[in-house]
Amino acid sequence: MDAALAITQLLNGLQLGVLLFLLASGLTLVFGIMDFVNLAHGAFYMVGAFISATLTLWLGSFVLGVLLAIPLVVLVGIVTEVIAVRSLYLRDHLDHVLATFGLILIFDELTHIIWGPAGIAVPLPSWLQGQVEVLPEIVLPTYRLVIIGAGILVAGGLYYIVNHTKLGMLIRAGASNRTMVGALGVDVKTLFTLVFALGAALAGLAGMLIAPITEASIGMGNDIIITAFVVIIVGGIGSMKGAFIAAIIIGLIDTLGRSFLDDVFKLFLGDIAAETSAPAISAMLIYILMAVVLTFRPQGLFPPKVR
Amino acid sequence: MITDMGLRGWAILAMLVLLAVGPYAAYLAGHAFYLDLATRLLCLAIAAVSLNLILGYGGMISFGHAAYIGLGAYCVGIPAYYEYTSGFLQFPLAVGVCALFALVTGALCLRTKGVYFIMITMAFSQMAFFLFVSLEEYGADDGLTIDYRSEFGGLLDFESNVTLYYVCFFSLLAAIYLVHRIVNSRFGMAIQGIRSNEQRMRAIGYNTYVYRLVCYVVSGAMCGYAGALLGNFTSFISPEMMDWTRSGELMFMVILGGTGSLFGPVLGALGFLVLEDQLAELWLHWKLVFGIILIVTVLFARGGIDGILRKLEERWRG
Amino acid sequence: MAEPVLHVRGLMKSFGGVRASDNVELSVEPFETHAIIGPNGAGKTTLIAQLSGELAADAGTITFKGRDVTRLPSHRRSMLGLARSFQITSVFLNMTVVDNVALAVQAHRGHSFKFWKPAAADAELVEPARRTLEQVGLEARAGDPASALSHGERRQLEIAMALATEPELLLLDEPMAGMGQEESGRMVETLKALKGGKTMLLVEHDMDAVFALADRITVLVYGRVIASGLPQDIRNDDAVRRAYLGDEA
Repeated sequence: MDAALAITQLLNGLQLGVLLFLLASGLTLVFGIMDFVNLAHGAFYMVGAFISATLTLWLGSFVLGVLLAIPLVVLVGIVTEVIAVRSLYLRDHLDHVLATFGLILIFDELTHIIWGPAGIAVPLPSWLQGQVEVLPEIVLPTYRLVIIGAGILVAGGLYYIVNHTKLGMLIRAGASNRTMVGALGVDVKTLFTLVFALGAALAGLAGMLIAPITEASIGMGNDIIITAFVVIIVGGIGSMKGAFIAAIIIGLIDTLGRSFLDDVFKLFLGDIAAETSAPAISAMLIYILMAVVLTFRPQGLFPPKVR
Repeated sequence: MITDMGLRGWAILAMLVLLAVGPYAAYLAGHAFYLDLATRLLCLAIAAVSLNLILGYGGMISFGHAAYIGLGAYCVGIPAYYEYTSGFLQFPLAVGVCALFALVTGALCLRTKGVYFIMITMAFSQMAFFLFVSLEEYGADDGLTIDYRSEFGGLLDFESNVTLYYVCFFSLLAAIYLVHRIVNSRFGMAIQGIRSNEQRMRAIGYNTYVYRLVCYVVSGAMCGYAGALLGNFTSFISPEMMDWTRSGELMFMVILGGTGSLFGPVLGALGFLVLEDQLAELWLHWKLVFGIILIVTVLFARGGIDGILRKLEERWRG
Repeated sequence: MAEPVLHVRGLMKSFGGVRASDNVELSVEPFETHAIIGPNGAGKTTLIAQLSGELAADAGTITFKGRDVTRLPSHRRSMLGLARSFQITSVFLNMTVVDNVALAVQAHRGHSFKFWKPAAADAELVEPARRTLEQVGLEARAGDPASALSHGERRQLEIAMALATEPELLLLDEPMAGMGQEESGRMVETLKALKGGKTMLLVEHDMDAVFALADRITVLVYGRVIASGLPQDIRNDDAVRRAYLGDEA
């Protein structure tokens, strides 16, 4: 096995993991605090990509594009929460799922109306386009390192907010006892809107980071959202720590599996058998992981404490 | 009995009569389009009826039923690829494979509740999707075309669109009747009790997990049958049939029609396809309206079309 | 002396730092009506939940008819003859009264993997269901939806469902919960009629009912048994008076 390839794929796996964490953290935060299942979470991912793409092209700067896009995604999140999501909190989860499925359709079509059917390619500035030599003979794309770095920074920021700030205290309290928080005089409505907007921002950021690599396209959130759900199922719904660990594991398994499973299979299967079965199995790998975790721990690996 | 059928009863009867003769009449008049639309409607209606069994009566919210439609279709497509076109092989295979898939995934899913359950069913549906996308041999992303529909040794000619249509029609009637018997049987009462209060059911002696699992398997198998019919009809089978958003559409049909009623799913499928067809002609971005209708239905018309009919019937009577 | 129907030894259950069951020891003799009383938070419902199998004990043993059922799930205990009624009414509101009871009968008449014959027309289920409804005085409401019943009637239905499983031990969790004077009186009559014919373990706050029905009383305070014995002994027990009864009894 080629060491350089292995390290490259390891890095790709980490990058996917980081992106999944950004998505999953928002999803699990919203579920943990508001008990709300948001299928349309991937829409913020898509919207973030499109807004930052447009701003980048307009302003001529990727960094500026991302920085200005973030508050705009927050705005979209707030508007969505106030108009559509608020009336659903007291409903059951099926209603959440159905209504947010409707939201996906709406978001996809609105994006089509505003930006047209084609995707938007996002150009990277030259200083992000290069490569970095991390180890002798092992060269990695700069931008991928930037994504990983950004993701870890955000994870650190979230950890700090949740564990060391008043907002974080409210978030943790809200997760464990919603009525108490309300009784303490905290404006629960505003708290919920803030949390929802934070989740949207995190998802949007993920979209903005991936857009230069995959291009901003309609419906790009719909596939990755399921993977994000697998992450929070494996990690434990409502748990940030679980989301982080599960995201990294799943990112690594998915990427490394797709690259190296046929090599692994070749160790004990014939070449042809390995080559025909490996793509199919590697496609299912993360779901097999989910099934295994559910068999032994139906509540996930790091479920939050009982409310 | 005919006289006290009520508004709702008449509406359903009218719909059934319309489905029984309308599309064929249109076909004879040269409008084959309606026969096609109606065939597709019937297949989706059977799938919706199967989903309603576990959703409306069983209280299990599966967001992964499209997987069974796809699997059922591939159970027609893959044998056909190897030139096994006998329907006597393909249909039992579809039912069997789907029952097995439901058994294995259900055994895992049903260990969870609520939101976990919804997400896990979605995830397994995606798993099936990615599995078939990776199978290069059977067309992967591009899908599989079948040259000949299922053959039944001269008993039924599926190549005739009219024959296929009526097989679908009678299959739907059979499916509804089957669900009717199941729901009112001992098993059905147990399932409804579990939906109402699972803890109570355990306290009176029911192993609720096993009953749910069996219900889930029956539902999956029935949906696989619908998939086999659909695969025959379209003669083109692709992994896209299994995408989780298709499960969402199926769920939309069930909710639109009204859960926990026998004919609700049919009303929902009809409503869905009519909306889809009519809206698409009016506006390129019809899905936007679709999304709004879904949200409005969830917020204000939760009982669906069936619920609205019931309310109208009550007003009429009182 | 016959073997007790239920024998609980050293039962322990904690939630975080709180001991809901602290070394609970209890036995119920055949055909006796045994009451458990105690102030709020004493752990009575937690005890019932462990006895019926919804909650797993941290330590200790529960023996039912000579068999260790400590690790058995609730549906298996029900099949062995242990029935329970719930403090918070748990009837099937989406069904008729008779269907509610028939479902309980059905659970104990073979398996329910029967998909074809309508259950509502099945005499094997409906006859015993109607007889049980007569026992609790609800036969007139048989065809009504359970949602149409008054609170007191729903509590009666609760009892009927437990009775319909033909149990050897009835665990009744506050059968009189939320009932007014008249309804409570009727419930006491129903239970009096069962007394002596069925073994019952009853958790209650209503002291009149307890002293009218109980053969023996166990007192639970902060998860521990502080006294257990005949009603008049409990009435006069100092520790019990201090903890619970005050000077009312």
